[in-house]
Amino acid sequence: MLRLKSYEFRRERERVWRELEDLLARADQRGVSGLSAQELARLPALYQSALSSLSVARAISLDRNVVDYLDGLAARAHFAVYGVRQHLRDSVRRFAAERFPRAVRGLRAHLCLAALFLALGAATAAVQVLDDPERFHAFVADDYAQGRDPSSTTEELRAALEHDAGGAEAQLAAFSSFLFSHNARIGMLSFALGFAAGVPVFLLTFMNGLILGAFAALYGSRGLALQFWGWLLPHGVTEILALLLCAAGGLALAESLVFPGRHTRLRNLALRGREAGVVVVGAVAMFLIAGCIEGVFRQLVHSTPIRYAVALSSAAVWTLYFTRAGRKA
Amino acid sequence: MIPSGARRERDLLTPEGVPLRFTLAGAGDRLGAFLIDLTFVSISSAVLGVAMTTVLIGRDAFDHLVVAAILLASFLLRSFYFMWFEIRWQGQTPGKRLLGIRVIDAAGGPLTPQAVIARNLLRDVEFFLPLSLVVAPQMVWPGAPAWAAELAALWAVALALLPLFNADRLRPGDLVGGTLVVLAPRALLLDDLGAHMVAERAMPRPSAHAFTDEQLDVYGIYELQTLEAVLRRGTGEANREALGAVAERIQRKISWEASGKPEAYWFLRDFYAALRARLESRMLLGKRRESKAPAPR
Repeated sequence: MLRLKSYEFRRERERVWRELEDLLARADQRGVSGLSAQELARLPALYQSALSSLSVARAISLDRNVVDYLDGLAARAHFAVYGVRQHLRDSVRRFAAERFPRAVRGLRAHLCLAALFLALGAATAAVQVLDDPERFHAFVADDYAQGRDPSSTTEELRAALEHDAGGAEAQLAAFSSFLFSHNARIGMLSFALGFAAGVPVFLLTFMNGLILGAFAALYGSRGLALQFWGWLLPHGVTEILALLLCAAGGLALAESLVFPGRHTRLRNLALRGREAGVVVVGAVAMFLIAGCIEGVFRQLVHSTPIRYAVALSSAAVWTLYFTRAGRKA
Repeated sequence: MIPSGARRERDLLTPEGVPLRFTLAGAGDRLGAFLIDLTFVSISSAVLGVAMTTVLIGRDAFDHLVVAAILLASFLLRSFYFMWFEIRWQGQTPGKRLLGIRVIDAAGGPLTPQAVIARNLLRDVEFFLPLSLVVAPQMVWPGAPAWAAELAALWAVALALLPLFNADRLRPGDLVGGTLVVLAPRALLLDDLGAHMVAERAMPRPSAHAFTDEQLDVYGIYELQTLEAVLRRGTGEANREALGAVAERIQRKISWEASGKPEAYWFLRDFYAALRARLESRMLLGKRRESKAPAPR
């Protein structure tokens, strides 16, 4: 007859392992929140004992199945114990109140850099178009311009500011929904392009600047500058800010790849990437707000002073939010 | 015969200080899970699209709200499907669950929503962008010169194939999120193959084979666990030949004097139990023997 240490060890502990296994099976089916308060309180202790069993088994047992089983059991318990268990409402509130504004403050420098590139693009296009209106076509694709180009009469241009591409007011909701998803996709893409060392982010931001500058110059040359900015800024403040935030996130990614700093390149990428990802999700929410303003408000309100008032107040709100929200007292 | 290559295993240190062993998911599993999820997203989008056209045919003033809702929903579906599931199901999507893989934090900590968000934001760059650059470069970059379009396509494809070129099978999203994709652990606790020889058992097998210490000292842990793997495959027809071959080799190696040819399966079970008892007791004394090869001095 033999004395098998590992067999005795297993016989002593198996009941606890099975209990944990049952608990985990139920948690898999109904989610961790589906467990009763009693079971939930038991989970950490069972997890600890599975870990200690695993350590012992590795030291004394040569039964590979037992070691593998304990490895898997401890890993599953680890997921259950350390899994995200925050309530959706709580996480949304924390996100809006703290995480998002904090992450944005962390990207201040990148935001400025992105804004600089947008401004550079806008200035380039504006100078070129003022010099020779025909160059407008070089900066704005024809189907994007929707007939608003140097060959339009001033009256047509003015009309475009007052009655939008969407046309009938009944379609406003659909139109703003379309605008939102289009812009949000562009924003997310400009973040993800940061992984390609940032060059495409600069290009994309610069090209957005070109379009902006080209339109501004076109309208400015017809004496419609005031109406044009009144048309653009109510949603543009939010939308351009969101676009710049996505670009800033992409630049942060690129920076961590190119200039890794204290950590290794990979560790740094993961650290910055997570923070920047938070900014992009916040920016998607901003695109939603901008889409609502653009699709609904702009089509209904044609008075230039009110448009400016909305633009100014949205700028003030965002400034306050990003500088004040979530600061530690 | 050797249980899965150690090349794909990774040890992660838990906050409690005990390393847990995970097996990396293969490229095939991951691609499969992604395609399943993509199919779900496409089908749901198509259903939404059909619903939209149905609504558009019978035009009413109110219908535009419905269209807006559908547009919004299909955007959210496409963009947040992966994030939503990976946050709610702790690192799994329906596709990943079907194929038994999951996302974990590469540093052994909890998988945070930020990590999930970051890793999924990159999907555009690593899949959809390369696809459109290869299929329709003019849509992504209107007016690009041919060489630039080709260069961009090449770069995008290189990004898409990144997981094949690093040991941890990381895609760009995993790098940015700091995550790994591993096989979801689901080992079963099987019967102890040595149990029949243990003294405490009510009915030990009567005619067990006995081995001397010299005979047992021929082998080490590696051989023991290989033998365990062979025995776990059972006594079925498919395994009979392997059992016979292994038994014969061991008998030759340990100079087993056969008084009649013992039945292979039970001979191996007995040998397994005896060898495990011997190796475990020597391990307790600090003499761990990894394999039959003599330990280098």
